[in-house]
Amino acid sequence: MTALPAHTEKKLGLVIDLDTCVGCHACVTACKGWNDQGAGLSDQNPYGSDPSGAFLNRVHSYAVQPVEGPAQTINFPRSCLHCEDAPCVTVCPTGASYKRAEDGIVLVNADDCMGCGLCAWACPYGAREMDADQGVMKKCTLCVDRIYNEALPEEDRAPACVRTCPTGARHFGDLGDPDSAVSKLVVQRGGYDLMPELRTRPTNKYLPPRKKDVRQEASLLAPLLDLQATGFAGWLDRVLGKL
Amino acid sequence: MNPAPSVIVFSVLSGAGFGLLAFLGFGAVVPAGWPAFFWWGLGYALAVAGLLAATFHLGNPKNARKAFSQVRTSWLSREAWAAVVTLVTLAPVALSDWLGLGWWRGGGVIGGALALFTVLTTAMIYTQIRAVPRWHFWTTPVLFLGFAVTGGMILAGQALAPFASLALSGVLALAFWLGDGRFAAAGATLGSATGLATLGAPHVFELPHTGGNYLLREMIYVVGRKHAQRLRVIAVVCAGLAPAVLVGLVPGGAGFALAGLVHLLGAFAARWLFFAEAEHVVGLYYGKR
Repeated sequence: MTALPAHTEKKLGLVIDLDTCVGCHACVTACKGWNDQGAGLSDQNPYGSDPSGAFLNRVHSYAVQPVEGPAQTINFPRSCLHCEDAPCVTVCPTGASYKRAEDGIVLVNADDCMGCGLCAWACPYGAREMDADQGVMKKCTLCVDRIYNEALPEEDRAPACVRTCPTGARHFGDLGDPDSAVSKLVVQRGGYDLMPELRTRPTNKYLPPRKKDVRQEASLLAPLLDLQATGFAGWLDRVLGKL
Repeated sequence: MNPAPSVIVFSVLSGAGFGLLAFLGFGAVVPAGWPAFFWWGLGYALAVAGLLAATFHLGNPKNARKAFSQVRTSWLSREAWAAVVTLVTLAPVALSDWLGLGWWRGGGVIGGALALFTVLTTAMIYTQIRAVPRWHFWTTPVLFLGFAVTGGMILAGQALAPFASLALSGVLALAFWLGDGRFAAAGATLGSATGLATLGAPHVFELPHTGGNYLLREMIYVVGRKHAQRLRVIAVVCAGLAPAVLVGLVPGGAGFALAGLVHLLGAFAARWLFFAEAEHVVGLYYGKR
């Protein structure tokens, strides 16, 4: 079971737009909320002095300093990339970790997991977190209980993080289909893999921030710097200057 | 990585245990009667105590038996099988030595080879992990086997043990030295982890959460680094150099017993560092590398 499928019919995944993400953490909260049903994602001491808990999605913030010009802040959501060569799957000794042949989603069967933590070690991206109460590994399911759920209205059949994103920075679709909206977006915007040197072949792609406007040579304030006060203000300026 | 005591105790004890079982199996020493009972018993006790310690590391040990199911892909599953098959294969040889039954010793050679293979499977659990460049290197299996062989030779009272000890110290020092360059050689940086290197030099502006989490506790462990240099010296001296001297200076079984204790102390120091100094690439996202 923990052998990777040679081929998956679909490659369902996310495309995350670093240009539009504003770092509001709504995806983090929506993810936690949706996945807190059933067995749930436990928290430890959530209202105490040292709160901690299992999350399947985190939003980092980075500052990037170009060679010239001012630094830029980038909000960076990080979650499971549903890799084609998922190292977390093959290391699993119990068969709890698996990648689905039909859509490429990487899942954990909690009924088989013994909580050894080896899959979390194998993942370069920190996508897996141990549930401290249940002692089993948790990870992004790509909301497999939403995307095929016919009890939900059609517009809700998307991962909770995608559905909730207020800026449309998260896109969900089949990255194995070159004609899908997400695949076209990746081509248009130059979507890329994280840590390609570790050869995990992630399904999820990240879209780089768009180029900023060209910086003006002269200061925007230049016309104001030489301001000459006239009338009452000019009189006040002269009087105050003499005091 | 978090140096969990259960995993350190497991790998040190079971490594030494399987090493001793290998030399008993190979017939490097063939005890009889009660000495055989205690010698084989020590090997079995170390190996089994180590394996039991490993189960304390599990979050959900009731599923531990399922760890035998993925032998085709998982080194941990292979380790589980190798350990059990080794212990079963060597049992008749141990029984024969103890009770003087004179049974065929061929099983001992097979069991001895399996014992060393078990140690290799343990090493491969760590070696296979690309996300920890210090582990993903040839020194990992060489060191795990080196510790098992050296520990086994000392505990089995082998005359050649001092040579194995000295070689182990050499490899250990080399592994510390080469290990320091492994993270950089793997090529993962915050720039590649975020893909932002094309824009400029990225650094952490704000963390995703103010509290602790599993990743920080388990894989971004940085406690105790300030004593690392001292511990490295202790590990290199105690694992091999001191045992070699002790076997040479103190005659008879007492020398080997003392050497064994000092060697285990060195093995614990080395194994603690093996985890504590291992840098996981996920630390890049948190600006901790």
